[in-house]
Amino acid sequence: MTPVSAKLYTDDVSLLMVLIDTNPFFWNSVKSSLPISKFLTHVLAFLNAIVLLNQLNQVVVIATGYNSCDYIFDSSTSEGQTQRAEYLLQKLEEFVNKDESLCREDSVDGPGFSLLSGSLSMALCYIQRVFRSGPLHPHPRILCLHGSPDGPGQYVAIMNSIFSAQRSMVPIDSCVIGAQHSAFLQQASYITGGVYLKPQMLDGLFQYLSTVFATDLHSRGFLQLPKPAGVDFRASCFCHKNTIDMGYICSVCLSIFCKHQKKCSTCGSVFGQAPVQDSSTPDRKRKNPMDA
Amino acid sequence: MSQKESNDEERRFNREEEEEDDDDGDGRGRDAWERTYADERSWESLQEDESGLLRPIDNKTLYHAQYRRRLRTSTAARIQKGLIRYVYIIIDLSRAAGEMDYKPSRMVVVARQVEAFIREFFDQNPLSQIGIVTLKDGVAHSLTDLGGSPESHIKALMGKLTSSGDASLQNGLDLVQSLLNQIPTYGHREVLILYSALSTCDPGDIMETIQKCKASKVRCSVIGLSAEVYICKYLCQETGGSYSVALDESHLKELVFEHAPPPPAIAEFAVANLIKMGFPQRAAEGVISICSCHKEAKVGGGYTCPRCKARICELPTECQICGLTLVSSPHLARSYHHLFPITPFDDVSPSVSNDPRHLPKNCFGCQQSLLNPGNMPTSCVSCPKCKQYFCLDCDIYIHESLHNCPGCESFRHSKSVSTAEG
Repeated sequence: MTPVSAKLYTDDVSLLMVLIDTNPFFWNSVKSSLPISKFLTHVLAFLNAIVLLNQLNQVVVIATGYNSCDYIFDSSTSEGQTQRAEYLLQKLEEFVNKDESLCREDSVDGPGFSLLSGSLSMALCYIQRVFRSGPLHPHPRILCLHGSPDGPGQYVAIMNSIFSAQRSMVPIDSCVIGAQHSAFLQQASYITGGVYLKPQMLDGLFQYLSTVFATDLHSRGFLQLPKPAGVDFRASCFCHKNTIDMGYICSVCLSIFCKHQKKCSTCGSVFGQAPVQDSSTPDRKRKNPMDA
Repeated sequence: MSQKESNDEERRFNREEEEEDDDDGDGRGRDAWERTYADERSWESLQEDESGLLRPIDNKTLYHAQYRRRLRTSTAARIQKGLIRYVYIIIDLSRAAGEMDYKPSRMVVVARQVEAFIREFFDQNPLSQIGIVTLKDGVAHSLTDLGGSPESHIKALMGKLTSSGDASLQNGLDLVQSLLNQIPTYGHREVLILYSALSTCDPGDIMETIQKCKASKVRCSVIGLSAEVYICKYLCQETGGSYSVALDESHLKELVFEHAPPPPAIAEFAVANLIKMGFPQRAAEGVISICSCHKEAKVGGGYTCPRCKARICELPTECQICGLTLVSSPHLARSYHHLFPITPFDDVSPSVSNDPRHLPKNCFGCQQSLLNPGNMPTSCVSCPKCKQYFCLDCDIYIHESLHNCPGCESFRHSKSVSTAEG
């Protein structure tokens, strides 16, 4: 990047990482309400708007595919300055073809989940590189345009990414274009201080994007952005995958169970005598301090 | 690279020697600044590359080598870690803590580092609790009780701290050991002592106290600020803790932060148990209820205990009415990366034997170019599972903060570690 004088770095210079969900099974299921071509016109207009807002704004696009993830577009490279739309669409098409060729399953039940944890990790690595580039850098944030349902196998990886984003103070915004809410993205936006939105009229997607997600972090303090109605932080038990209000935690590996068990299924530790009542155990300890 | 490491160690050793010799002056025939040239040969750390141009001193590879050493010693796959920890921090506020060799004084520096440590500790161990004890005038005094909220501890630390009298290690250990006996058996008991004094003024036999601590399975670690003291070393050896002496403020910070991630657990020390916990839901906005922690009416926000329906303000906490431990699932998820660590990456040296055409041009994570100007490959690392290449900075970030390999996560059919379903 060419060196820029310090006074051009105002408060509102931002780096926007856009993670686009390209899961073909998901797009097939919504092709009547929002075909991917219409979706891309909304997104391209939005990206152009971001770059217009400030001379130093930067946009990076990462595609979240079904079998792989990859960088599609970076506005700071030389190809990213001119012929933006053609270049982005061409790279996106190459990515989708490559993703399809990696597919090993013949058919999938339902939309299946895309690799959100992979693209989140790549976005965070890129943001760390921007932080290292010097004292003057744009303020980064992540926008997930996601539609596929959540994959439960990705829970730990996505939570790791969320906590790392929280530590680096990078908000994760989510715009969910699928049919159902995404619990992972709700938690991500709540924990990192981003905005979660599920637009009701997908025909006007560009309007939602430009009014809610286009503002930089500094200006967000002056705006009333959509607040989440309720974030469900309840855990699901490891044995039945039901959401539970109260459960038992293994003290060794922190696995969650809904009923009392003799042995932990995750780490194999055998539990001590089952406590009769939780409150009696500390009393017993106080009476016999040497009983350790 | 090994020469640079030994140079580093030599420099640290020489600095210690210089501090002692400063009073002697030219006793050894050479001043400290002369020794930098004569003994340390600072010109040897400059290197030339193939064409004879001077290569700038590569701090990045030095830093990366340090990080690799730390990783090798600390990571071993699947070692059980003590995740639920009850830690007491003993701060020495004796006369020696008023010394000004750390600016502005030792106790101010220690208080600052402990504050940063508390924040980092609760970030990495959300289910654990901390208590603070001070040693002053030969008496141990409990500054804060065991609690899981960082704010109360930090407020107590930021109050006026004065130093006087002697430090009594035995009184501190006695107090902490009696307090730690009251905690449930599944918790790991730890003590971190920040000791500035060079002696301890005890009312009885400290060896007995050390044996009592060992019997109670309390793991004591000491960080010294002045010099190595034998009794601290003996204490740490007997109880299984670690003893280190800080050389300067940044080294002190490094040593204190080493205690933030959970240590390897000794299985007999804590009995595995099922702990009953509640997962409260966020209360609806606009509901007015009396909050049980502040004892006043509040509107909206807050959480509802699933057992007794009392309102609480923040998590994690223990319900004041029914005693149920209340957490949210992200708190548990913060510790999952200790259970599923990622494998360290392999070094890929830019030797001539490696065909440069096989190495990719960009780091997989951040797209930074892996080639030096002139198309010479720099040193990089690769993941043994997904075989993707990463730059050194991404390697450090991935292993210290992110705990996810982007390559393994970005390929559906890679041989990645199976994760728990949550």
